[in-house]
Amino acid sequence: MHLKQDKPDNRNVLDTTAQGVIGAPLTRPEGLLKVTGTATYAAEYEVEGCLEGVLVSVPIMSGEVLSIDEDSVLAMPGVVAVISDERLTGRAAQGTAGEAPFQPAQTVCYWGQPVALVVAETFEQARDAAKHLVIETRAQDVPVDPEKVDTKVEETTRTGDLAHAMAEAAHSVDVEFTTEGHASAAMEPHAAIAQWQDDSLTVHASLQMLKFNRAELADSLGLKEEQVRLVSPYVGGGFGSKLGISQEAVAASLAAMHLGRPVRVVMSRQQVFQTIMRRSETHQRVRLAADNEGRLTGFGHEARVSNLPGESFAEPVLQSSQFLYAGENRLLQLEIARIHRMTAGSVRAPGEAVGVQTVEQAMDMLAEKAGIDPVELRLRNIPEKHPANGKPFSSRKLAEALREGAKAFGWEPRPRKPRHTREGEWWIGTGVASAARVHAVVEAKARVTLRPDGTAVVETDMTDIGTGTYAILGQVAGEMLGLMPDDIDVRLGDTDFPAGSGSGGSWGAASCGSAVFLACEGLRKKLAERLKVADDGLTLKDGFVRWDGGEKALTELLDGKPLDATGHFEPGDSTEDMAISSYGAFFAEVAVNHWTGETRVRRMTGAFGIGRVLNARTARSQCLGGMTWCIGNALTETLLFDPNDGHLVNCDLAEYHVPVNRDVPDLDVLLLEERDGSASPIQAKGVGELGLCGGAGAIANAIYDACGARVFAYPMAPNRVLAAMPQN
Amino acid sequence: MAISINGQDYPLPADPRTSLLDFIRREAGLTGTKKGCDHGQCGACTVIVNGIRINSCLSLAVTNDGDEVTTIEGLGTMAAPGTMQEAFMAHDGFQCGYCTPGQICSATAMLQELAAGWPSDATADLEAAPTLTDEEIRERMSGNLCRCGAYANIVAAIRDAAGEHA
Repeated sequence: MHLKQDKPDNRNVLDTTAQGVIGAPLTRPEGLLKVTGTATYAAEYEVEGCLEGVLVSVPIMSGEVLSIDEDSVLAMPGVVAVISDERLTGRAAQGTAGEAPFQPAQTVCYWGQPVALVVAETFEQARDAAKHLVIETRAQDVPVDPEKVDTKVEETTRTGDLAHAMAEAAHSVDVEFTTEGHASAAMEPHAAIAQWQDDSLTVHASLQMLKFNRAELADSLGLKEEQVRLVSPYVGGGFGSKLGISQEAVAASLAAMHLGRPVRVVMSRQQVFQTIMRRSETHQRVRLAADNEGRLTGFGHEARVSNLPGESFAEPVLQSSQFLYAGENRLLQLEIARIHRMTAGSVRAPGEAVGVQTVEQAMDMLAEKAGIDPVELRLRNIPEKHPANGKPFSSRKLAEALREGAKAFGWEPRPRKPRHTREGEWWIGTGVASAARVHAVVEAKARVTLRPDGTAVVETDMTDIGTGTYAILGQVAGEMLGLMPDDIDVRLGDTDFPAGSGSGGSWGAASCGSAVFLACEGLRKKLAERLKVADDGLTLKDGFVRWDGGEKALTELLDGKPLDATGHFEPGDSTEDMAISSYGAFFAEVAVNHWTGETRVRRMTGAFGIGRVLNARTARSQCLGGMTWCIGNALTETLLFDPNDGHLVNCDLAEYHVPVNRDVPDLDVLLLEERDGSASPIQAKGVGELGLCGGAGAIANAIYDACGARVFAYPMAPNRVLAAMPQN
Repeated sequence: MAISINGQDYPLPADPRTSLLDFIRREAGLTGTKKGCDHGQCGACTVIVNGIRINSCLSLAVTNDGDEVTTIEGLGTMAAPGTMQEAFMAHDGFQCGYCTPGQICSATAMLQELAAGWPSDATADLEAAPTLTDEEIRERMSGNLCRCGAYANIVAAIRDAAGEHA
């Protein structure tokens, strides 16, 4: 079954089926493998005669490799080869690039770029030799500080006259913010085992988007895609960092091709930090103009981000600012600075993860000036149609999220003044923020096979990076085919399977879920044809097929033979004609120490509208994850670069502070009932990123409400809070 | 000259540079123990050595002569998962699963530390026996990073598993 979705699908088929498993909070089918340490991650395959490779980086910010002295290490114990092939890649590919990233690696564009691979019999030997490899370079001075270079305008949206609206406004806010760079810091370091045999390459790798990664790897190596097979059934976290093929997979492949032996390359934690995507730092200005009632007449959001010269990606800071709030006079402008820090790319929720929280702080300031409850101010400014292009909105749960979230949190609706509650040396306060994340779906295929014994198999090269793909695809198939998910074997992460969407941009569930849905529609049609009844007259439940006038066991109908169908989903006009997004609201309570400026998040509530919930347990966990990231984003996470040579100073998990268990309090998640037929034929939208889009703003607003410190620089570390704290 | 892992003896490695973590993953072939940072910063490699949890990446294998090591594989199997493993499944105390074996090993040993009366930063009264509050769990589990952000569910899982022990 093929569907290019040109119009909304409001049939809500999954509400009319009988199995009752869609949306159920089932446990993950792969859970037992994970809790027993049995799930196999990229580096963990037992491969006979596997060599070990260690990447070698150079400590210059830009320049050329003049020579690599292989003899400096070839005589060391166990060393087999030094790979300095010109096909080695210096960077990872951007998400969905589908072509080789920057080559050759010997042209150095950022500090710490890998330029060679040392291969030895054991890891210890390779690591030692990598430290001794003599590399001669010629360095050149290049800009590394985004504050010190000219910028180029990437995109501008202008409507009306914002400056005039600001001048005429009854209430206005004009503020600037900074956010620092972030790292994905997935727990599993990037790893690959490459095997080259009979002109075919098999790579066990840790990747999010196999269809694209296969094309990227083939292009990097000068191979045909058909010669490359990628295998990634379990991925130890992605968060954007494994969207594109990265240096270790290309290096392992080249080494295996040169040496005719399998080669494993695992990046060190430091290399992951230094050479994989960073989220760009941002400098932002937000302007809000409002009338007496707090209704927006003007909305401005400008941002400066950075990337390496030649990289197409620019952190899309303004993405949701285009439509979240009203205001007829608008100016949105994104500028990019070209500097030589490592590649900037997608880190969980690119754009909104740093763009919503600043707008949400500005809204809080406006609420105070206008003397309006912050929740009410947001409700007053939900636009009727897309403010820039006039498109109608598809299902949108922003108002419900604000109202339901407020109720669940115990929000007191009133105009607010800070410093109302103190417990010992701690100021206590609360804050709110809206959440928004643009919706996307991409092409995806999946094959579903009914086996003669009445069980089923789902196959797609889609990945499960912790998101719950194994669970939800089994539930979509189970619901459609009248089977319990336990009877469905979901096989993922292998390019031998039909090409799915990949995990990223929160589009995996809606895209691949739709492909599985379509495959099952195909199977239902085939079953109906066998019975000579209309396929919408079939009820499939518990392995039985019922229709008006009869009932048969599925096994009987299959008659000893398997039956399969492939689903092929493509986005069409449906997603073009409407403004489609996921929405939500965050509420946070914090305690701020009067003497140290330390902030502790005491509780947090998130209410989210993500379309149809496919599995309430894994969807909730995605939201918990996003909200945990909000805490890191708000309080601790910051990539620190040396202003002289651009090197990343805090390139490990002791110095880059992701939230630890004690940083995260009780988190309350509300999943709002929603169907969005414009978003996908299963009425689902994305969930993986929404939980991170704006929540740091709720924490910022709670800090202000607690102690009166309005902090305009993220993360809001104690020194920044203390400096902004009123001195009385 | 051997290390006992889950009750089975393995001869010490020839290369003194081999960490206990690499020894477990490679020589013993027990890849349930994960390498997240190799620097004692993330906790993914947590195993239990002579009853005490440690970051196995920070220990050279040759220094573990005669030690009894318990890894995730020693706490339960696919056929017979342990209480803590069951609780992590029931509460969705993981997402990608990479930090999970370390979390479970850490949680198992942590409960023993608490039962033995070891105080933590979250213990208000150093004279009294510590009790298993959520804040104690959070503090004592803060050496095990989870980037997926499953902490809230991890705390619930440990609370649940501890209740079954009590």
